[in-house]
Amino acid sequence: MNVEFHPAQVQNGPSLSYAYYPGCSLHSTGLEYGLSTQSVFRHLGLELLELEGWNCCGASSAHALDHTLALALPARTLALAQTYGRDLVTPCAACFNRLRRADYALRHDPELRSEVESVVGFQFSGEVAVRPVLAVLYEDVTPSRIAEIVKRPLRGLKVVPYYGCLLVRPPQVTHFDDADHPYVMASLLRAVGAEVRDWAHATDCCGAGLSLGRSDVVQSLVGRLVERAREAGAQALVTACPLCQVNLEMRQPGKDKMPAFYFTELLGLAFGLPEAKQWWPKHLIDPQPVLRSAGLLG
Amino acid sequence: MPVITQLVSEVDRLSHQQVELCYHCHKCTAGCPVTGAMTYGPDHILRMVALDQREPILLSKDIWLCAGCYTCATRCPNDIDIAAVMDSLRQIAVAEGYPAGEADVFLFHRLFLGVLKRLGRSHEAVMLGLFKVRSHQPLMNDVGDGIGLFLRGKIPLLPKRSGAAKPVRKIFEESK
Repeated sequence: MNVEFHPAQVQNGPSLSYAYYPGCSLHSTGLEYGLSTQSVFRHLGLELLELEGWNCCGASSAHALDHTLALALPARTLALAQTYGRDLVTPCAACFNRLRRADYALRHDPELRSEVESVVGFQFSGEVAVRPVLAVLYEDVTPSRIAEIVKRPLRGLKVVPYYGCLLVRPPQVTHFDDADHPYVMASLLRAVGAEVRDWAHATDCCGAGLSLGRSDVVQSLVGRLVERAREAGAQALVTACPLCQVNLEMRQPGKDKMPAFYFTELLGLAFGLPEAKQWWPKHLIDPQPVLRSAGLLG
Repeated sequence: MPVITQLVSEVDRLSHQQVELCYHCHKCTAGCPVTGAMTYGPDHILRMVALDQREPILLSKDIWLCAGCYTCATRCPNDIDIAAVMDSLRQIAVAEGYPAGEADVFLFHRLFLGVLKRLGRSHEAVMLGLFKVRSHQPLMNDVGDGIGLFLRGKIPLLPKRSGAAKPVRKIFEESK
């Protein structure tokens, strides 16, 4: 999409408008992800229209136990989005994956399609593009335009981008970025001046939904991720998934803790948004010492 | 006499995969983040499906430990979505009344869907409370973090009315 863009659109009203699906986590454990996403979009002059009456995507539990339900729950969201006539944007990696999964099944399997259509009570148009927030910022706004409006470059902040699984896998369903060598988040972080360190674990799994049932497994996976991030020279991880973020901060072993930012929080900080200071206290691991050491607070 | 279908055809039908294409290159197992906690590992499970070893598979913890990260599905040279195979094995195990190899993982999924069926959206306070009481884990596990999340305004006690409850209940009923 090639649209003339200028930050002054903040005053002149939005030029690009999206249907918005926050998902359950952004109203609970991922509160600061939702807040920072909305702030950043507002600042960029992009409008988010929250779907009225949206429901949970079913995440990992629905597909663990019931195949039809796992497609029908996100299909209802696709049905709602069809009435908005806009791209459907979601910040949550798991919601994105389930929505894309439903879209894929409805497109490729006529039998499943008629079953899901009758369960949900709609007709699939196939006209809604399901997109993660990362894709909108990278493709519609672009890193170079983001770099132009940075007020406070995040110079000296050493980070590693951490995608987790569901934004990029399986690639035939997600069609986003690169499953082995992702580049989208890194290029957005570089655009706002952060020092992105190389590492090979951006799309490793954090243990996801095993967090309650087998917290020991999640703890060992998170511990390894943080160790590798430290070896890469990072002070913080940067995520685009509310479940990854809460696992990274809640299941992190050891005394010396490494915070996990949402990428939208760091964009907001670099844009000089005053509300950024309300996001830091929402973290289970206080990220302010890291920001202070990079001279980015106060 | 009831007709006993082979596990492989049930799995193929439910998962929309062709398990028999596997030639055991072990890429799935090599990349699986939870294989260390499993008894068999993903490629072994595929072989057991092919050999119709129903009971050990459906009783195994492996099918409950799959985190659904799709690393296997991404790397399989034969394009088998092994995570989808694991989903179908769980569904068969539940339908046939096998006790879950990881009781707390099964409990979590059941509670999650139970809350969803009533509210249309997930609700941490209710779910975490029920999980605390009914899981096999020490009662004080995670209580500190739970309080931490609550104090940060991240676990609202009362669910908001969203208008999603009714249509979601209908989806649950129609999916049966």
